[in-house]
Amino acid sequence: MKALKTTAIKTLAALAAASALSWPLAAAAGELRFWTWRNEDKAAYAEFFKDFNKQHPDVKITFEAFEPQNYPTVLSTAMAGDKGPDVMMVRAYGAFEAVARPGYLLELNESNVPGLTKLPEPALKGQTLRADGKIYAVPFATQTMLIIYNTEIFARVGVKPPETWDELLEVSKKLKAAGIIPFANGTATAWQNETLVSALLSSQIGKQFEADIVSGKADFTDKRFVDALGRLQDLAKADYLSPSFSGIDYPSSQQLFSSGAAAMFAGGSFELAPFLKSNPALKMDVFASPVLKKGDERLVGIFLDGGYAVNAKSANKEDGLKLMRYFASKEYGEKFANTLGNLSPIPGVTFTDPMLKKVADLNKSSMSYMMAVHFRYQEPSGSVLLQSGVQKMLAGKATPAETGADITKGIATYYAPFKK
Amino acid sequence: MAADLEWPTGRKIWVTALIVPPLAFMATFVVLPILSAFVYAFYEWQGLKREGFVGLKNFADVLLHEPWAPVTWRAFSHNVMVFVTLMIIQNGFGFLLAYALARQLPGYRFHRVAVFLPVILSTVIVALLWKQFLHPVFGLFNKVLSQFGFGMVTTPWLGLSETALWAITLVNAWHWVGFPTLVFLAGIQRIPPDIIEASRIDGVSEWQLVRTIIWPLVAPSATVCFVLLFIGAFNWFELPYLMVGLEGSPYGSTDVLGLYFYRTAFGNQSSGNQDFGHGSALAVLMFLFVAVVSTFWTIRLRRREIELS
Repeated sequence: MKALKTTAIKTLAALAAASALSWPLAAAAGELRFWTWRNEDKAAYAEFFKDFNKQHPDVKITFEAFEPQNYPTVLSTAMAGDKGPDVMMVRAYGAFEAVARPGYLLELNESNVPGLTKLPEPALKGQTLRADGKIYAVPFATQTMLIIYNTEIFARVGVKPPETWDELLEVSKKLKAAGIIPFANGTATAWQNETLVSALLSSQIGKQFEADIVSGKADFTDKRFVDALGRLQDLAKADYLSPSFSGIDYPSSQQLFSSGAAAMFAGGSFELAPFLKSNPALKMDVFASPVLKKGDERLVGIFLDGGYAVNAKSANKEDGLKLMRYFASKEYGEKFANTLGNLSPIPGVTFTDPMLKKVADLNKSSMSYMMAVHFRYQEPSGSVLLQSGVQKMLAGKATPAETGADITKGIATYYAPFKK
Repeated sequence: MAADLEWPTGRKIWVTALIVPPLAFMATFVVLPILSAFVYAFYEWQGLKREGFVGLKNFADVLLHEPWAPVTWRAFSHNVMVFVTLMIIQNGFGFLLAYALARQLPGYRFHRVAVFLPVILSTVIVALLWKQFLHPVFGLFNKVLSQFGFGMVTTPWLGLSETALWAITLVNAWHWVGFPTLVFLAGIQRIPPDIIEASRIDGVSEWQLVRTIIWPLVAPSATVCFVLLFIGAFNWFELPYLMVGLEGSPYGSTDVLGLYFYRTAFGNQSSGNQDFGHGSALAVLMFLFVAVVSTFWTIRLRRREIELS
């Protein structure tokens, strides 16, 4: 029996030792572990860190990337177990708060990162913990919801980028008559339904509606929102989305557009680089969501992608802050934007890529990507409700009014102004 | 004498060395996680940070209160549908296939391998394969239907709320039908041939043979197939996750408990909120339901085996 006990204890001890060794060790002084979900940007970050090392040759940064879907889980598990990185990329809004709320991140302010507060307010908002109003990350990129179109197809069919919704329908009709799918979009992948709404309908829904939602004056049964949804439903009924759109998932939509089978794609500015990668010969341009009548303000939907943060428990906070100061510099913003083709929110950054320049121009007249920005903090999130609601509506199983009512009802479970 | 004493000691060490590693492994990776999920379910969580003790609140929420309860019950009803459907087509068809194979009809050697082949494929491969087959534009399935003059029934199978759950259930049956087939076949082959021969001489019909002789004698195989299918159907996750996504697209019509548990506990792209309390409560309830029902059902089925044999 004793032998059994001793052997058991020894085995357990060996197992414990093995599992302890499998954890990465904490970084030593002068070393920073950097975590991200962007493995594809590894080479770019090697360049950025080289640049940073010109000023701070004593800091060695190691780049570790994780699968995007699991990144939030991996990060918060590591942080909860005090095994987190020294510096890391964090997402924005609700997903950001999941990491910031338990106190895992170091507070950033004007004194430890000078110039931080000069960043645009909407970008900072995505990295601000609502509970204490403090900032915990340096925002790195914004994404824009708009309509991407194939310029060659447009020229061939003889249509111009539309300004109003009626013109959009007219253009779609001509494209369809020419045997081209007007919009590559499908609805099988849930989140694509949310991008459809923002990319196509922002100008109709309008900034005032967003302000009214935030102040609690309006909810999603509002005429502005419901009517806009109705027009989206008409677009689908007229067969201007991809054929059998309810079964077309995100990768299929991307293929339909990049292969030239479809003329337009309602989506995010983050699509531009992958489209070009899968078809380098593709000629594209972008336009903002059409307005209902000429003279209305034309809007794109914007959201913050994420930011860089320092672990509050890092042994190397000082070096981490040095890196944050670099990330917040105009010099970095420029390098980041022009290397990765992303829109840096840092003021004064100039873009060399003409498409990026164009998106930056469209951004001057924008509203937020509403559900992500305001209603991704609790369950059921506004995004989940909008996605499944629009999916159902476009399948013809709910009216726009019912969709608006369902969204309002879902959000009302935690949002006081909607409780009646 | 000394040798007599030494032998048991050596044997003891030997036995210990064999038992302790798997025991430690089970304790660390099975018992401990289950126990910790039990504990987690009684707390409020901020992401992965544990806050206050809330007693049975998380359980009550997922079973009774908005916004969780309707989703839980919808997902549960889908699990039930999947279970019943698979019971009929996967196990039922598996039994028929096993009987056909046991009859050694021409080509049975080839078919024995062919039927079992999908079982060895990984779920990821099966899911991607069938997603391509069922694709509304490029998919083989609709193309074949049109070819044979059934063009009017082609539809985006995975995109419609009426067909999506059935489509992935059938894919599951295609993937796994070889397993009950193999188990039933082994059961049928264990029946002494003289019993079957004697009944044939007595002139029983094929149907009587299956119903009154073969079916009762493969009761132990049925127990295995039924209980494993039950456990599988209520823990179903990989196939729907890969084919329709975490949200149970379209609009929750393919949502099952496994998917709901995962997105509640770990969050997803569109909500980012990790809620370990409600997630653990769901996991514990699923575990209890599967454990209790399968235990009682196994006992009943075992009794049936004895009655029938």
